[in-house]
Amino acid sequence: MKIKYIILFLFTFTISKSLSAQVKLLSIDQLEERIGQGKDTIYVINFWATWCAPCVKEIPNFEKLGVTYRNQPLKVILISVDFKSKLDKAVIPFVKRNNLKSEVYVINEESEQLYIDKISKDWTGSLPATLIVNKQKGTRKFYEQEFTYLQLEKVYLENK
Amino acid sequence: MKIIGIKIKILTILLVGFTSLAKAQSGYQIGEIVTDFSLNNVDGKMVSLANYPNAKGFFVVFTCNHCPYAKLYEQRIMDLDKKYAAKGYPVIAINPNDPKAYSEDSFDNMIKRSEEKKYTFPYLFDETQNVAKVYGAKATPHVYLLQKTKKGLEVAYIGAIDNDTEDVNPDGKIRYAENAVDAITNNKTPKITQTKAIGCSIKWKNEK
Repeated sequence: MKIKYIILFLFTFTISKSLSAQVKLLSIDQLEERIGQGKDTIYVINFWATWCAPCVKEIPNFEKLGVTYRNQPLKVILISVDFKSKLDKAVIPFVKRNNLKSEVYVINEESEQLYIDKISKDWTGSLPATLIVNKQKGTRKFYEQEFTYLQLEKVYLENK
Repeated sequence: MKIIGIKIKILTILLVGFTSLAKAQSGYQIGEIVTDFSLNNVDGKMVSLANYPNAKGFFVVFTCNHCPYAKLYEQRIMDLDKKYAAKGYPVIAINPNDPKAYSEDSFDNMIKRSEEKKYTFPYLFDETQNVAKVYGAKATPHVYLLQKTKKGLEVAYIGAIDNDTEDVNPDGKIRYAENAVDAITNNKTPKITQTKAIGCSIKWKNEK
């Protein structure tokens, strides 16, 4: 009888936990799939980390871009390169605290060596960094820099 | 004839100008000979690579106080010096960050940090940021392994210390920097001469 309750408890606990956690792990291949199968044309993908102060500072600009152009085929995706072990302790609390509306993932790759080059050969690995993909034009532009809102809006419009 | 000569001269000047500009942006490549620098150390003395006549090479490490990734690697930078200074490859740590961006990276705080942690290597302040620019450093921590050759100090390895930033994967850990120096001390070319790693971007002056 007791075991039944424990199982039931664990089951509900797992469900409620996965529902509240809107942040999933994502590999680079899954990211490419997400872009390929997505309905939008332009994907603004920002690489950040909870420990990276300039990243944290510019995240509201990405949120604002997504809201401002919500009627356009634009998708803003925030990919945290925090360690996977920090998903529950740092990333999810950060997303909740800042009430982030964009899609947020934590990168799910074993080696930084591999995924940095997969995102862009030009990326040295410093944060923040942003990739803008236009599916219609077939373009991928990579920016290893911080953005003010105006700068971000400008590159979005350039890549549109 | 004279005009053509002048034109060619101007063209050459322009070309040389552009190439050096491109070089300044991309930094040192593997196999390139580096120029020495003279930077202020936390003990108040100026330090150059020429101050180490007996060194066989150097680990020039761009790092800083504030960056969480630099903090994660601090002990490993100290260990590198402990292990390899005696073998002729001391660590030379350089903080290239603008302290206006992070006061934690100020010269005073560098002194504090190096005393607290008892650094066995110089911790230099690249106040003009010129050394970081010439090297092409973009992030902290960022390692350049230099090897003394007849031509001068040659870049043998650029990149990360290892592939295990969080230090949680002893089985899968690849110690890139150590492997590279072990190879060159055995007169071999390092198998991996360049790696990439996530890090904090260097805080350049006049950037907000």
